[in-house]
Amino acid sequence: MRMKMNRFSAAVAVLAAATALTACSSGGGGGGPTTASGGGASNCTNTIPKKDLPVVTMWGWYPNMQLVVDNFNKQNAEVQVCWTNVGQGSDEYDKFQTSISAGTGAPDVIMIEMDRIPTFQIQNALVDIKKYGYDAAKANYSEGAWKDVSVGDAVYGVPVDGGPMAMIYRKDIFDKYDIKPPKTWAEYEEAAKKVKDAGGPAFGDFAANVSALTMALQIQKGAAPFTYDPAQQSSIGVKLNDQASKDVLDYWGRLAKDGLVGTQDQFTPEYISGVINGKYATYISAAWAPGYLTGAGVGKGEDTGKFAVAPLPQWDAANPVQVNWGGSAFSVTSQSKNPELAAKAAFGLYADKESLTHGWTNQIIFPLNLQALNDPEFVNLKVDFFDGQQANKEVYVPAANAYKGVTYSPFGQYYFDAMTKQVSALIEGSVTGAQAADRVQEDVAKYAKEQGFTVQ
Amino acid sequence: MIDKSAPSTRDKPRTPGKARLREHVMGWLFVGPFGIVFLALLIAPLAYALYLSLFQKKLIGGTSFVLFDNYVKAFTDPSFLSGSWFVIRFSLVSIPLQIIIALAMALILDAVTSLFARFSRLMIFLPYAIPTVIGAVMWGFLYSKSFGPLSDLFGLFGATPPDFLGGNLIFYGLVNIVTWQWAGYYMIILYAALQGIDPALYEAARMDGAGKWQIALRIKIPLIAPALLLILVFSLIGTLQFFNEPQILRSLAAGTISPDFTPNMYAYQQAFALANFNYGSAISFALGGIVFVGVYAFLFFTRKRRSFL
Repeated sequence: MRMKMNRFSAAVAVLAAATALTACSSGGGGGGPTTASGGGASNCTNTIPKKDLPVVTMWGWYPNMQLVVDNFNKQNAEVQVCWTNVGQGSDEYDKFQTSISAGTGAPDVIMIEMDRIPTFQIQNALVDIKKYGYDAAKANYSEGAWKDVSVGDAVYGVPVDGGPMAMIYRKDIFDKYDIKPPKTWAEYEEAAKKVKDAGGPAFGDFAANVSALTMALQIQKGAAPFTYDPAQQSSIGVKLNDQASKDVLDYWGRLAKDGLVGTQDQFTPEYISGVINGKYATYISAAWAPGYLTGAGVGKGEDTGKFAVAPLPQWDAANPVQVNWGGSAFSVTSQSKNPELAAKAAFGLYADKESLTHGWTNQIIFPLNLQALNDPEFVNLKVDFFDGQQANKEVYVPAANAYKGVTYSPFGQYYFDAMTKQVSALIEGSVTGAQAADRVQEDVAKYAKEQGFTVQ
Repeated sequence: MIDKSAPSTRDKPRTPGKARLREHVMGWLFVGPFGIVFLALLIAPLAYALYLSLFQKKLIGGTSFVLFDNYVKAFTDPSFLSGSWFVIRFSLVSIPLQIIIALAMALILDAVTSLFARFSRLMIFLPYAIPTVIGAVMWGFLYSKSFGPLSDLFGLFGATPPDFLGGNLIFYGLVNIVTWQWAGYYMIILYAALQGIDPALYEAARMDGAGKWQIALRIKIPLIAPALLLILVFSLIGTLQFFNEPQILRSLAAGTISPDFTPNMYAYQQAFALANFNYGSAISFALGGIVFVGVYAFLFFTRKRRSFL
């Protein structure tokens, strides 16, 4: 924050500039519409067709959100949704967090990734929707999907999309170096060596900025980062340096050190251009990745039909474990003046056939709504990005069905930041994987204690 | 600052009470608009932030009054300390560099009067007119390993380009961005100061046998010392509060630039991402303290030397 100044006296200027940031903060209030249900919502991105109905406000960032909202508004006779996109992921959470602190400014309905639900729930920012239509919708989603949006017995969101994980790979590179999709991580490393020895590209990527992915890979080997019983809110189990967590960090740290995988931050133009140019033979990612990659220009032109997908490599091929990365839900915020109406929107949005079909045909979402998940058209879909491979049937649906759910922590942001820091050090080579895991544990446990938890 | 009417009354014949009262009222009216804005938009938020910084909010257990605990924590917090050390190191490298470049440019442009000089002046100033955010994004792409010009350049010789967004070189990558952006602005300030010097002085110097170098070193630089001091203070304050550039580059290099990279970023992270407004405020004030001490010390030490600087 560098400031342009003219004629302030030095002392005042110093102090003023020094705390200008805080000054902004105390003004409070996130952007976006602040009107609660009952109409008068002004900043909608969409146009509301039925002007006489009550309106609930909503934040969300699905690329086809406009269409989803229009479908909902067209079909609903009780309530209309006023939608804005205030940013994706952290950008939105920061705004929501500010609104929570300020006590005003949050929308009625908000799109949240499932791993963030406990973070907001513990601040009493979300509404338990069990009494607002949960029973009617219960059969539309699997047990696992409900688990990821629940804290204890209370339900804090309507599942929308999931992120069953798999290994996306480039057929051209695999063919060139005569490699079969590895079934275990040991085979993955072997294949990486083979490609490198033959002068090929990096086999994958180990990035510091995707802590959720690293966490999922640790969970796959048996780590259980957090144990948390909402009935005893003040007590939390933090176990981030068990042997599984250390092993996974050591594994990827070794691959990075040996130059078998890249260490480029993901979701950056740099990484995408690498994927486009065939710099990485595999991309360990979730079911939403093809849509994201397509949107970023991957798999077009020269790269058409070069990608395929295989199940995620396993530690123990005899006992496969499936994990999840990402996936979002629609939650009702406790700032909503009419949670019942808001819940109607949360349950109804992205739950109609038209929106769901648009979502999965364009690979924007991997749907959790069973109406879509069991739709033969969805299951048998020949995915263009994967050159006509029946990716859902072969890989993603079985992975989703085998997924058991995870307990997330109420300080997810801090945990992910701590992990990013240590993975970054691991990539630089200043710590080993085991040390990195120990440091994450120390850091997060200390934070948890500072926040008033009893850490077990 | 408010009541400056008093000294003048001694020389004048005593004014009747009514007129004095009117003078008072007028004074307040003149100060009023500024005063209100000053209080509402500067003092009040500062006071509120100070108030916030004396409390602690926990996820479990709620808010409690802790007096200076947050400050004690800040000054023992490795994140805050390493961030502060970073901006201090950054100041020591980037500020002299910016000022030397700005001074050299200003002296050259002052000595040369041609159409080309006016064009150059505009071009050197231009980076300042580009918003910091856009400047940072632009440099982020220029530094790119796979599609930036550096990669092409180094590719010609079959070498790998240096990674200015990586852990070892990010410091210099940022020094370069900041210098690019601010040297032109400081150059304009110095140039304006140079233009304000009476040309008769140069003539006198030349008659005494001074060459161009001597005029520059012995006449021009000492005479623009106040302007140099001004930009030093500006850049010191700005650099200690480093925020925009690293925050923008985070989206390209999150692994290298952690959320506690600089104290200001750390305050932002605490307040807006982790909901610790209290600790965030404390960090802001602690940083404010460091800036204040730094600038005060600087002004104190240069006060005596300024006469022959």
